[in-house]
Amino acid sequence: MSQSDDTLLLANISRRGLLKGLAGASALLLAARWDIGLANEQAQFGAGAMPGGWVDNPNVFIHIDANGLVTIVNNRAEMGQGIRTSLVMVAADELGADWDRVRAEQADGDQDKFGNQNTDGSRSMRHWYDPMRRAAAAARLMLEQAAANQWGVSVDQVRADIHKVVHPATGRELDFGQLAEAARELDVPGRDGLVLKSDSELRFIGKESGLINGELKSTHPKAIDGEDIVTGKAIFGADVDLENTLYAVVARPPVYGATVKSVDDSEALKVRGVKKTVRIDGTGQPAAFNPLGGVAVVATNTWAAMEGRRALKIEWDNTPAGNNADYTSDTYRESLEKAAQSPGKVIRQSGDVEAALKEANKRVSATYYMPHMAQAPMEPPVAVVRVSGGQAEAWAPVQNPRATREGIAGLLEIDLENVTVHQTLLGGGFGRKSKPDFVIEAAQVAKAFEGQPIKLQWSREDDIQHAYFHAVSVDHLEAGLDGNGKATSWRHRTLSPSIASLFAPDPKHKAGFELGMGFNTMPFSIPAIRLENPPAPAHVRIGWFRSVYNLPHAWAIQSFAHEMAVAAGKDHRDYVLDLLGPGREVHNLTVGDGWNYGEDPEMYPIDVGRMRRVIERATEEAGWGKERAKGRGLGLAFHHSFVSYTAVVFDVEVDDGGQVTIHRADIAFDCGPQANPERIRSQMEGSCVMGIGIALQNEVTFQDGVAQQSNFDRYLLPRMPNAPKVVRVHLIDNPDDAMGGVGEPGLPPVAPALCNAIYAATGKRIRRLPVGDQLSA
Amino acid sequence: MVNLRINGQEHELDVPDNMPLLWAIRDVVGMKGTKFGCGIAQCGACTVHLDGVATRSCVMPVSAAKGEITTIEAMSDDAVGQKVQQAWLDLGVAQCGYCQGGQIMNATALLKKTPEPETQEIIDAMAGNLCRCGTYNRILAAIERAADKEVSS
Repeated sequence: MSQSDDTLLLANISRRGLLKGLAGASALLLAARWDIGLANEQAQFGAGAMPGGWVDNPNVFIHIDANGLVTIVNNRAEMGQGIRTSLVMVAADELGADWDRVRAEQADGDQDKFGNQNTDGSRSMRHWYDPMRRAAAAARLMLEQAAANQWGVSVDQVRADIHKVVHPATGRELDFGQLAEAARELDVPGRDGLVLKSDSELRFIGKESGLINGELKSTHPKAIDGEDIVTGKAIFGADVDLENTLYAVVARPPVYGATVKSVDDSEALKVRGVKKTVRIDGTGQPAAFNPLGGVAVVATNTWAAMEGRRALKIEWDNTPAGNNADYTSDTYRESLEKAAQSPGKVIRQSGDVEAALKEANKRVSATYYMPHMAQAPMEPPVAVVRVSGGQAEAWAPVQNPRATREGIAGLLEIDLENVTVHQTLLGGGFGRKSKPDFVIEAAQVAKAFEGQPIKLQWSREDDIQHAYFHAVSVDHLEAGLDGNGKATSWRHRTLSPSIASLFAPDPKHKAGFELGMGFNTMPFSIPAIRLENPPAPAHVRIGWFRSVYNLPHAWAIQSFAHEMAVAAGKDHRDYVLDLLGPGREVHNLTVGDGWNYGEDPEMYPIDVGRMRRVIERATEEAGWGKERAKGRGLGLAFHHSFVSYTAVVFDVEVDDGGQVTIHRADIAFDCGPQANPERIRSQMEGSCVMGIGIALQNEVTFQDGVAQQSNFDRYLLPRMPNAPKVVRVHLIDNPDDAMGGVGEPGLPPVAPALCNAIYAATGKRIRRLPVGDQLSA
Repeated sequence: MVNLRINGQEHELDVPDNMPLLWAIRDVVGMKGTKFGCGIAQCGACTVHLDGVATRSCVMPVSAAKGEITTIEAMSDDAVGQKVQQAWLDLGVAQCGYCQGGQIMNATALLKKTPEPETQEIIDAMAGNLCRCGTYNRILAAIERAADKEVSS
C-alpha cells in the first residue's frame, strides 16, 4: 500500500497503475489523497472533465429512514441499460444494505447538485462507479460512527454488517434505521478516511447472477424496476398523468428546413375534442435541439389530436430548405461513391501508400455503404410540460436533462433555475433521446396554455420521418498485398455527413470525435497507411445513434479485412491477428486521435493485446476452423469502441431462397472490471439483435427531401425469428484495466460479422447495407 | 356512449365510436400499462386480451371491443399471467421495459391456448411483438420457463 504524501492531480498522473486492483483498498487510499475538488475543476479527462463533473457526497445520494429503508438516488437516465439497478447496486453493496430494503429514486435534472447527467457515450458506470462507492463508504462510516457514539466506544471497535452495525466485543447491534437520524447529523468524513470494501467483502459487484448462456445462476439481486415493468406500473414519458392535461401532436415540415406557408385548420377544429391549433416556429438550419416548426393540434385526448392533425390543410414552403428539397438517397449515394474516388482531407498518414499500392503483388479494393437509420426506440418521443407564472416544469424521457432545461429556458427566455425537468424511465433511447427537441417543442405549445399541462406525443411516423438520422456513409478502401498476401498498404476514405452540421454551418467533414470512433484509431500494423475524409454534405438532421460512427467504420474495416484475407487465401482469424500484430498499447495521439472518448490515453490506450484476446476467445468458443455444411459459415468481426473491446462470431445458414438463419452468436467482450455482469450480458445480447437489424433490415431512404419509410411496416426491425437461435456471451475476466463502456461497444462488430458469415456460407459479398433481398436476387 | 368492460370493471365512456381502444384505455380510463408503439398493429406494445385473445388495441375501435378486456394491470391476478411475469423477473428479460407489457400479454394468451408450445410455435406467436432492446432470446427462454420447459437459449 502506497503511503505517498504527494497531492496528486488527476490530470498529470498515470491513473492506470492506481486502477489496477480497482476494488482494492490500496486504490482507494491513494485515490483519496487527491485533492478531489481541484481535480474536478482541472481534469482534462474522464468524469471530472464532463460538465458538472462528479459528486460523491453521501447526503446527495443516500437517504435512510427510521425504518431502515435505504433510498439511493440515481442521477443517470435509465433507458434499458439497467443503470438504475447497477449503480444503485454498487452503492448498496459498498454500504452493506440489504437489497430487499433498498429503493431507487430518480434525480431531477440538476447537474450542480448531482454532477453530470448526460447519459450518453457509455459513460455511466465508468464515470460513476468510484464516486458512488465513495459516497456509500462515507455513509457506512457515518453509520458506524453513530453507533460508536451511542455505545461510547471508538469507531474502530465497531463494524458495519448487512444493514446493521455491530460491536463484536459485546455483541450489541443496531439496524441502519436506528442509526440513520444520528448519522445524518455527523460531518461527512474526508475521503482520506474512507476504506472501500475488499473484493471478498462484496456481495453484488462483479458477481455473476441471472441467466448466463442458458443457465439460470440466481435470481438475486432483482432488478430495481423489474416488478413495475411486468405489472404495467413503470412510468415512462407518456404515463405521467397530471390533472387537466391537454394532448398535442404536431404536423412538421416533411423537408428539413421547410416552413409553413399557409394553414387551414377549419376542418381540424371541427374534430370532436380538438381545442386549438398552435403554430410552432422552426428555428431553421442548423436545427440543433430546436423544434422543426409546424402546426400543433391540441385536444382532450391523443386520438382527437391525431384526427385533428389529419384534417389540417398545410402548404409548406420549401424555399428555406434550399437543396434539402432535392435530397434523394440513390443520387446522394452515387455522389459520395464518386467523391470517394478522389483524395480527401488527410487524417492520418504513415509511409507512402501510393507507391506501395503500385508495387503491390495484389490490390484489393471495395466500397461499402451504410444507409440512414432511425433509432426508433419503442417509446416514441413524448413529453409533458407545464408553463406557469414564468416557470416551466417538464416530465420527460430524456438522456440529457441539462440540455433539456437549457433548451426550455432559452425558448421561454427564463432563467435555468425556473425550469424543472423530472426524468421518467425511457422506453429506449439509443441516442434519439439525447436530443431534447421534443420537450422544447412541448414547451412551445405549453406556452400557449398557461398553467395547463401539455402532453405532446410523437406518432411512430413522426419518429421515423423526423429522426435525428444516423449518418449515411460511403467508405472506400484499397489495400496492397505482397506475394505472401501480407498487407503492405492500406488506404481508407470515409465519407459521411457530420453531426456537427446540427450545430454550425455544415463542415462537410467528420469532426474529431467522429473520426476517433474507429477510423483513425484503426489498430492494424501495416507499413503504409493513408486515411482520408472527402466532404459529404448533410441534408437532414444527423444525430447520435447507438455506437454512432463506429457503425460505418467497423462495418467497412471489418468487411474489408475479410476481403483481404480471402484475396490472400488465408484464414480470416489468422489473417486479422497478423494484421493487428503483437499485443501492444497504442497511444491515441500517435494515430491522430485527440479524443479517446474523453478518457486519459495513459489509462485507456488502444490495447492490441486485449483486441487479440477477444478475437481468440470468440473464435475458440464458436469452434472456428471446423468444416461447415454447404450453405453454412462462420463470420468474424471485432472492434474497439467506448474504451472496450468486442469480437463477434456468427454461425449462419443461408438457404437457396436467400433466407438467413442465425444458428449461433459468440460474443467475447472485455470492458475491464465488471460492475454488474448480468446487465453487461443483457447489453451484449441486445446489441447483437440490434446489429442484426442493421445488417439485414434497417434503412431510411429519402426522395426529394422526404423520408420514404414511416412505420414498422416498411422500416423493418428485427423480430424474434431474426434473433440467433443461441447467443453466448463470453465476458473476459480482466479486473486490472480501467473500466470501459458497455451500452454501445457491443454493436459495431455485429453487422460486419454477420455479412462475413453470409460470405462464408454463400460466397456472396455484401457491400451495401441492409442486405434486404440481395441474397434472393 | 361506449361501454367497456376492463379487468372486470364497467366503464361508460363518452368517446367517438372509432377511437382506438388503446387511447380510450390510456387517455380516457387512465390506465397506463398498455403502450403506444406504432398505431398500425405492427409492434404489439398495445396488446390486450379481448375475451382471452391477444388483440392490438391501437387498431381496434372501441365500438368493436365488445367483451371482456384484460390489460397488463390484471395479469398478477391471473394464474398463467403470474407465472409468465415471474419467469420474466427470474430471467431478467426486460431492458427498457416499454414493450414488455405487450410481450407478456401475448405470451400469456399463447400459453392459455397452448400450455406446452413447441419452440417454433412460440417464435411464430411472438413474431408480431417488437423489442428494440433486442431481448428476444430471454423472452423465448422465459416463455419456455413459464411453460415448465427447459430453458434452451
